[in-house]
Amino acid sequence: MYEFLKDLDKRWIFLLMFLSVTIPIYIIAKTGKSFPEASTVLSEAVFQSIEVLDEGDPVLLSFDFDPASEGELGPMATAFVRHCAEKKVKMYFMALWPVGPQMIDDAVAKVILSDFPDLEYGKDYVNLGFKPGNEGVIKVIVTDMRELYTTDDIGTSIDAIPMMENITSVQDFNLIINVSAGYAGTKEWVQYASTPYPDKIKIVAGCTGVQAPLLYPYIPNQLPGLLGAIKGAAEYEKLVIDKYGGNDPDPKYLEAKRRMGPQLVAHLLIIVLIILANYIYFVERRRGVSV
Amino acid sequence: MKRNIPLLITALGGFVLIIAYFIPATQGWGEVAAIWFDVLASIAFVLGGGNLLKIHLKNISDRKIGWAYSAVTLAAFFITLVVGLGKVGVNPNPQYPDYALSGHYREIGSPFWWLYEYAFKPLTATMFAMLAFYISSAAFRAFRAKNLEAILLLSTAFIILLGRTFAGVYLTAWFPDWMSGLKIENLTVFIMSVFNTAGNRAIMIGIALGIASTSLKVLLGVDRSYLGSGEE
Amino acid sequence: MLNKIGIFLLSLAFLNIFSNLNAAETNIPNPPSSFTAQDHPWDHGEKIDLNWIHSLNHQTYVQHYSIFQSTNSDSFEFIGIVDPGVSSYTVEKLDREKAYIFKVIAVGADGIESSPVVTISAISPTREWFDGRRFPLFFITLIFCGSVVYWILRARGGDPLNIRKIAGLEAVDEAVGRATEMGQPILFIPGIQDMNEIQTIAGITVLSKVAQVAAEYDAKVEVPTSRSLVMTAARETVQASFLTAGRPESYNQDLIYYVTDEQFGYVAYVQGMMVREKPAACFYMGAFFAESLILAETGNTIGAIQVAGTAMPAQLPFFVAACDYTLIGEEFFAASAYLSGEPDQLGSLKGQDIGKVIVVIGIVIGVGLLTLGTLLGPTSSLGMTLISAADYLKSVILT
Repeated sequence: MYEFLKDLDKRWIFLLMFLSVTIPIYIIAKTGKSFPEASTVLSEAVFQSIEVLDEGDPVLLSFDFDPASEGELGPMATAFVRHCAEKKVKMYFMALWPVGPQMIDDAVAKVILSDFPDLEYGKDYVNLGFKPGNEGVIKVIVTDMRELYTTDDIGTSIDAIPMMENITSVQDFNLIINVSAGYAGTKEWVQYASTPYPDKIKIVAGCTGVQAPLLYPYIPNQLPGLLGAIKGAAEYEKLVIDKYGGNDPDPKYLEAKRRMGPQLVAHLLIIVLIILANYIYFVERRRGVSV
Repeated sequence: MKRNIPLLITALGGFVLIIAYFIPATQGWGEVAAIWFDVLASIAFVLGGGNLLKIHLKNISDRKIGWAYSAVTLAAFFITLVVGLGKVGVNPNPQYPDYALSGHYREIGSPFWWLYEYAFKPLTATMFAMLAFYISSAAFRAFRAKNLEAILLLSTAFIILLGRTFAGVYLTAWFPDWMSGLKIENLTVFIMSVFNTAGNRAIMIGIALGIASTSLKVLLGVDRSYLGSGEE
Repeated sequence: MLNKIGIFLLSLAFLNIFSNLNAAETNIPNPPSSFTAQDHPWDHGEKIDLNWIHSLNHQTYVQHYSIFQSTNSDSFEFIGIVDPGVSSYTVEKLDREKAYIFKVIAVGADGIESSPVVTISAISPTREWFDGRRFPLFFITLIFCGSVVYWILRARGGDPLNIRKIAGLEAVDEAVGRATEMGQPILFIPGIQDMNEIQTIAGITVLSKVAQVAAEYDAKVEVPTSRSLVMTAARETVQASFLTAGRPESYNQDLIYYVTDEQFGYVAYVQGMMVREKPAACFYMGAFFAESLILAETGNTIGAIQVAGTAMPAQLPFFVAACDYTLIGEEFFAASAYLSGEPDQLGSLKGQDIGKVIVVIGIVIGVGLLTLGTLLGPTSSLGMTLISAADYLKSVILT
């Protein structure tokens, strides 16, 4: 076994990883069953931050991610929009990434246009689109939103949009929900929005797994809640479905939960690979082979 | 002169930004400097595009190995540029029906939307997804328990890998209440919020100091390597 | 007898009604007094501080104070509410060009209001020449910059300064030599961010040294960039390095080229290029994101010696796992000083250590105050003082 493992072509490892992801996806798609989820403190904090809002409260949703990270962040974006729609808060979408508007379009089409057709554009939700400048955008809109946003994403003047009437800056929002895949993202929102205005700006966020460790230092003061990677998305989805989902929720609201199946198998595979690698190492050490 | 002017611009721009942070009356200067950089970066797109054309046209004309890929690159570049800038296939905005370019560039069904939905999106998702394969090969090759630190690292990795899935929750679900702190999901939260946070804070502080020092060296002209070698 | 009792009861009733009337009248809160408005010190010219003395019966009848502002003394606009125990308020987001009048009203139960108290004259906020919130940061910046400049001057004066060995930078010669022996090119990637990112500048400074060594060894250095400005800067740098090495004729600007701004498009190109051309040495110096592991694993597959340096904490683990040498955070920024060995640059490294001392002192003081305060408990006055001091350190000095 040592000889076999020592010279193992890494393409066999790639194949194992491929199978560990596709087989669970297939089984879950066929059976409709997935592993149960339990929420944690951070996901509950995010859920409660939105749950305490009243009908009509303005909420800013900043979707700062692209198709590459849609696998991790798409389900949590969907869950956020659904939760906000159920709470009947006013949703203001924006993006700091060039392809962020497409992510907004996806979420709006999937949730609002499909399940909440009564919501009216301009009165219940608005898409302000992408603005270049990264943290420069945040620095400006935190005191004066209209300096940058003179129209919405499709070119309608801000003054002609009813729900923009009382909004002059980011401080007028009851909550900021940020879905972030990197730079510019949650860290910039925390540094340039919630830190200078701790009493006026409240942020909750969802981020990729790689980014989450960097954001833990900001919890809980500047960032009351954080959804980390697909696990955080699955926990949050569960909370939203438990409250609003009904007995047979639409599969699009169970995406994160479904993706936890491949994650489980892939993690187990990595653990097995690490154990095998150390088996090789200790055998070589015993035999006196330099590694 | 060739080196002094860039040094002067660097020093001036840098100190203006620092002063603008502390002196309210000059705050606008810092914002203007930031906008100048954005303008320069935008113009640099033209430079980059020109360089791209030059390199790939040369590959094609010299018939270098793989020149067909250069042809594909240039074709994709021009098609996307024309389709996007020209809003090809996009219906005019109903409010301005006489203006062909008044429509929204992301209109569903338009060629630009099609390129995004069926080319850009799957390609970028694929590249990101490849990380899963590389993680597994890196884990097999590199995670060896060679010393105490490596053993600690591996133990932590096992706890986190299991704790972020149902398997870990299931494995330690039978623990009695007085041992609930040792349940894998709780251990995961503890490791992330205590050890990981402490380590990240230390690294971030070191990085921040390094950035401050390097910036000061560049502003003062002590470090001129970015302009070329320090010698005249 | 019955008449006397009846009269007595009737009198009691009247007395009760009358005292209730009086009580109703005295439920009205008294207005506050000595209401003044002053410019908020050390600000951007957008705040005014309001102060007043509490109403005489504020503890009994005042539910809150309502604050109003006006620019023309005719119509007042409501701007805020203050708790009854508070006698000050800072009005924000004012216009320096306008003069404001303010009004305060004490409000009791059921919305009963006192008579309004208005400021005597209109006042405009003034902008100070310095942002007072940033005084602590300014002093810390002065100390830090001063120490860097001081040690640079000391180094110029001839003071010997030692720096510990950094394995990744010692390996530059080894990596370039290996590439030369194998007849393969060297790949240098200065990150995927633009020139406004300090890590990119640090990467370019390392490039100048790598290019100089490569020129001396007559090795080829290929630098695909993700930003056009970085391409321009890299070309200047490499050309100057070749000139310094005495090999200006070997410089080929076509080896430093722009690929694409798109992150994964760039890494797809570089990955393909690595597999086709098989560089013998790969340097990843700059700001990286998710593509770091793709690049490092591909380099591993082709058997290249890999040296990485980045200040992105999220990517460091991937580089450490996959590369032969990794410069972590500060080591990466020290690379320029380390490779050049110039006294000026070594002096700046020494000065940077003062910043660390300041940070350590701040951490020890803050953690000590908070720990002692928590142990003593907020019920004790010393404990409360220590906790307040820690809070002041956190929210004023360090903000």
